Amino acid sequence: MLQVSDYSVSYGQSEVIHGMNFDIKENEIVAILGRNGMGKSTLMKSLMGMVESRLGSVALGPVDVSRMKSHERVREGLAFVPQGRMIFSTMTVKENIETGLTTVNDKKVPASIYELFPVLEEMKSRRGGNLSGGQQQQLAIARALASKPKVLLLDEPTEGIQPSIIKEIANTLKKIRDSHGLSIFVSEQVLSFALDVADRILVIEKGEIVREETRDSVDEKTIASYLSV
Amino acid sequence: MFSDYTSAELVSIFAMQGFAGLILFSVFVLMALGLAIIFGQMGVINMAHGEFMILGAYITYLLSSFFENNLPSLFSIYFFLAMILAFIVTAALGALVEWGMVRHLYRRPLDTLLATWGLSLILQQVYRSVFGAREVGVTLPDWMMGSIPLTDLVEIPFNGVFVMILTFVIAVSVYFLMFKSRFGGQVRAVVQNRPMAGAVGINTQKVDRITFAIGCGIAGIAGSAFTMIGSTGPTSGQLYIVDTFLVVVFGGAASLLGTIASAFTISQAQSTMEFFLSGSMAKVLTLLVVVGILMIRPQGLFALKIRR
Ligand SMILES: Nc1ncnc2c1ncn2[C@@H]1O[C@H](COP(=O)(O)OP(=O)(O)OP(=O)(O)O)[C@@H](O)[C@H]1O
Ligand SMILES: [Mg+2]
Repeated sequence: MLQVSDYSVSYGQSEVIHGMNFDIKENEIVAILGRNGMGKSTLMKSLMGMVESRLGSVALGPVDVSRMKSHERVREGLAFVPQGRMIFSTMTVKENIETGLTTVNDKKVPASIYELFPVLEEMKSRRGGNLSGGQQQQLAIARALASKPKVLLLDEPTEGIQPSIIKEIANTLKKIRDSHGLSIFVSEQVLSFALDVADRILVIEKGEIVREETRDSVDEKTIASYLSV
Repeated sequence: MFSDYTSAELVSIFAMQGFAGLILFSVFVLMALGLAIIFGQMGVINMAHGEFMILGAYITYLLSSFFENNLPSLFSIYFFLAMILAFIVTAALGALVEWGMVRHLYRRPLDTLLATWGLSLILQQVYRSVFGAREVGVTLPDWMMGSIPLTDLVEIPFNGVFVMILTFVIAVSVYFLMFKSRFGGQVRAVVQNRPMAGAVGINTQKVDRITFAIGCGIAGIAGSAFTMIGSTGPTSGQLYIVDTFLVVVFGGAASLLGTIASAFTISQAQSTMEFFLSGSMAKVLTLLVVVGILMIRPQGLFALKIRR
């Protein structure tokens, strides 16, 4: 579904992602694990068109999206839940979700989204900035789902969120995958979360993929060693 | 300076000048609205905003003479058509300017200042070549020239009331557009976090262009209103751009209510003082008062109280 080939990303002169190759299949959840500063956010943002990449390609199904602008990639079926959630804090919960409807022709927020996150329906007139961290994370996921994506990208969704809610997010992601039939690509530092949700695990180190495991064959100790400082 | 008048005369002078100031107030509100929308959306200070206003004024003038000479039967309603056309033409020019110039200069505030200032000079020269250096005035339909007598000395001019209502309608429409419509949500999302707005699927360039066009279009309507209080010349816009900046800064940028309150204060102060002093003295005094208040409240009359 998502095919990344010989993909490099640079900030000015310094290359941060070096010739990456991987793919994400239909209905698959893939986690990419790596310590701070290894290039997870850079990869996610550039897949979304928020950081420019000049080398390599990204294909979504048959469509090459590598040179597209962010909003065009959304139209093609990519959606993004960024690190730090980045909801529009001065806007209400409902307005936040509605920004995700721009590329689809829905007039109203689909009921399925509120079914998935009942708390957002209760709070739909509140300002996004007044929600708790966990609620903001739900809002960011809801906003992304509103554009009816084929591939959902999440950048460290568990960061700064308490363990009980982390479990909830994992369940939500699995539920979304089953109900919406989409693929999910999620970056993480928390191994237990990745093992919970992912079918396949990639390890990123200094902008390169250094290891790839399926969930059944995964050796927790080795992967954990990549994550400890 | 008040000693030459009786107190009854003073009351009526203040009232008359107050009503006369209503049109000035409306021009200020419309100009400031357009300027603030554009600045809030893309951080661009449009130095050519006054020239967009004057374009609206020239269009009103053209329609005025066209209807007077060719369609006198419809002359009484030409002003409505003039305002609509003024909006459309200035908005179209705004979209063109955004596409051809401004979008290449985002995140370079000094360059945009220079470029839009250059544009204002170009437009002035174009007006001079097309309409001549002489100032032109419009003829208002009779019904607009009338007034409602309130007392022996005080009369409420129809055109002032008309422009006030119009300004109110536009301000309310802008409020609904920005805070109640889907497009307004997109604008606010872009203002808050441009890259993220793109990543949820908003075409930020398109939103920029439409916003710039709307801001300029409102200036065009201000130009229509302006023809009721002044004659239109190639450089008339220059006089108003400074006042408009004053209104925006004094009101606290990004506050609709602040803009309206500040436009009201400044227009009323100027209009009233102009009766007793010369026009430029009135401007100087207004400026002094505004600077004084800004020293006490640097954030403007109304600051935005929203958690970011
Ligand atoms: N805007 C930028 N300009 C220049 N260098 C940057 C920029 N953003 C990130 N970098 C550098 O790129 C590298 C990768 O950063 P990135 O944010 O992608 O890491 P990360 O894996 O997401 O880390 P974290 O887990 O802390 O979020 C780091 O060395 C960082 O300093
Ligand atoms: Mg990161």
